[in-house]
Amino acid sequence: MDTTLDKSIVNIDEMVLNMGPQHPSTHGVLRLKIHTDGEVVSKIEPIIGYLHRCFEKHCENLSYEQIVPFTDRCDYLASMHMDHAYSIAVEKLLDIELPERVEYIRVIIAELQRIASHLVAIGTFGLDVGAITPFTWTIRDRERVLDLFEALCGARLLYNYIWPGGVSHDLSPKFIQRTQEFLEYFETQIFEYNELLTGNKIFIERTADVGVMPADVAVNFGVTGPSLRGSGVNYDLRKTQPYSIYDKFDFNVPVGEGTMGTVGDSWDRYWVRMVEMEESIKIIRQAMASLPDGDVHAAMQKKIRPAKGDVYSRYESARGDVGIYIQSNGKNVPLRLKMRSPAFCNLSVLGEIGEGWMISDVITILGSLDIVLGEIDR
Amino acid sequence: MTSIVKSIIASFQAFPIDPFLLAVLAILIPGVIIFLIMAVNALIAVYFERKVSAFMQDRLGPMEVGLFGFKGGKKFWGGIGQTFADAIKLLSKEDIIPQDADKFLMIMAPFIIFTGAFLTFVGLPMSDSLVISNFNIGIFYIIAMSSVGVIGIILAGWSSNNKWSLYGAMRAAAQMISYEIPIALSLILVVLVSGHLDIHGIVQWQADNRWFILHSPFASLGFVIYFISVVAETNRTPFDIPEAESELVAGWMTEYSGFRWALFFLSEYANMLIVAFVASIVFLGGWLSPFQLIDLPFIDIFPESWLVLDGTVFGIFWLFIKAVILIFCMMWFRWTFPRLRVDQLMYVCWKIFIPFALANVILVSIWELIF
Repeated sequence: MDTTLDKSIVNIDEMVLNMGPQHPSTHGVLRLKIHTDGEVVSKIEPIIGYLHRCFEKHCENLSYEQIVPFTDRCDYLASMHMDHAYSIAVEKLLDIELPERVEYIRVIIAELQRIASHLVAIGTFGLDVGAITPFTWTIRDRERVLDLFEALCGARLLYNYIWPGGVSHDLSPKFIQRTQEFLEYFETQIFEYNELLTGNKIFIERTADVGVMPADVAVNFGVTGPSLRGSGVNYDLRKTQPYSIYDKFDFNVPVGEGTMGTVGDSWDRYWVRMVEMEESIKIIRQAMASLPDGDVHAAMQKKIRPAKGDVYSRYESARGDVGIYIQSNGKNVPLRLKMRSPAFCNLSVLGEIGEGWMISDVITILGSLDIVLGEIDR
Repeated sequence: MTSIVKSIIASFQAFPIDPFLLAVLAILIPGVIIFLIMAVNALIAVYFERKVSAFMQDRLGPMEVGLFGFKGGKKFWGGIGQTFADAIKLLSKEDIIPQDADKFLMIMAPFIIFTGAFLTFVGLPMSDSLVISNFNIGIFYIIAMSSVGVIGIILAGWSSNNKWSLYGAMRAAAQMISYEIPIALSLILVVLVSGHLDIHGIVQWQADNRWFILHSPFASLGFVIYFISVVAETNRTPFDIPEAESELVAGWMTEYSGFRWALFFLSEYANMLIVAFVASIVFLGGWLSPFQLIDLPFIDIFPESWLVLDGTVFGIFWLFIKAVILIFCMMWFRWTFPRLRVDQLMYVCWKIFIPFALANVILVSIWELIF
């Protein structure tokens, strides 16, 4: 923007705007210090730590089994993913084989959780650009996933379901039937979301070409998950480093193609999540069709007491690449547990791609990155 | 043409009454009437909006609060008393004025906004003989009065001493002043064609000819421009950027609470009613019955007014029906569309609406010359 004002006459100063931690669309308790020139943002400083709960320090004082409820509380919109990521790391450290059925159940649950998490992401993104109805619709459908989880393990948000060495409850035939009903219903709903939001002219105007994140910027900042794939990088740990049994399923990894604007704009990031839900449906269908019988607990010692050593495992959560590093000294508590938070890295790119846009666009870009403060602050 | 003020004066002149007292009565009675219209409108419109939004969002909306202890079946009476409860809550809330705020202006602002909406009703007829005061420049008066509110909005935003409020106020000022131009240009069409600034003259022209929206394709386009612009003028989605709750918390209303905030709310819904009324009067034939549009076969057998359902009482009915349909459309927009960005909003106004509205004025004039 060309401002050819004589600065000796007119006193031009940038205004520092404090957005959050109590703000409707910072997705939790994020605080943004925004330097603005009129409506145009010249600098964004994210300030985090308002939800810091010493997750990693807690883990150093808790036995391996006791950590699972704490992982739940990291990414509270995708608790199953956090449980799963942590369980995979511990199992890798223990080097144990899991029953086939456990892996299938975990995949079904993880993909259902991915749908639930993406529904929140899409709904709140709609809220951020000012559409209220998509949010209530997505929350309504997420409710059905939560109902399924409630039938499964009794909890609706923080499940404590996936444990190192298995899952807490077996799937019932009723659950499988209800899940199938849900998937059939949900496929029609995706069409409705597209009608209401994806193809809306105003929505496209607001999101296409806004907050373009080129692939090299995304990679340099360590952005992962749907936000990275929105930039056109085909990188999904479920495909590139298949954990669990993801190599057995046939699914596509959607990447941003710049359908409505430039590759890597907010619309692409939104659209990737939309298509990923359809891919999740595919995976769940395949997993349920070939669900084997068996036990849901691996044969392992009662107290988890891994040998000395360390392990780093990676997991594709709804927000990106969750890394769990565990260092064991042979006791029943980890010596050190470090978690790589995908939302933290995704948030770091905000300052880079958000500069030069208007305040409304900063909200849009933040919404398209889909951060969860519980996971950023841990 | 009679008006309420005139009939009050005429009926009280029979008694030996002080002229000063007469003037006070002539001001007070219409004032109370307008306030009642505004209050009842807000009560009903809020309930309506809640139910409409609930319907669109697959919810139930307010279902629990009844009226005077009467709850009735949930199917029909569900939550009918909710807005009364809300009004009582708002009136009994603590009135907070921030320490660093400009207290005088902050107290003034809601009243200015309220006054703008209030005064507009003076020139707004409800039916052919039901008008507070009959102006010969009715349309002009309504346009002028509906722009008063923006002063109050700027004052509210500035005096709150809050950056979000300031942003909201600046956006509101830019938006509302810009959108007044296409509104005025669309209303000029009817003045141009009918030759009346006076609302009764406009409706009379429509009674003699046809509804103005059916006058020419350009008049229909004028209606579209007018309707979209008034949605922006009343700060409703997709043009609600001054109070964009996901960006500016609550925009210029951020620091207000209690009764002052209720006044904003009252004026917002009153403005919705006003613009819907003006649209109905200017473009949709006002209090004329839609049955006049069709040729009824039995028109010769019965007196005309039986079938056409015209007259003062039915006039109010038709005007309200038309206004309610337009208000429903505005709610429909609100619960369907995302919000535009501030520069896109200005783009729509200055680069699309104003050129089209200007061209419209010329084209309607040419149409009048030819046909």
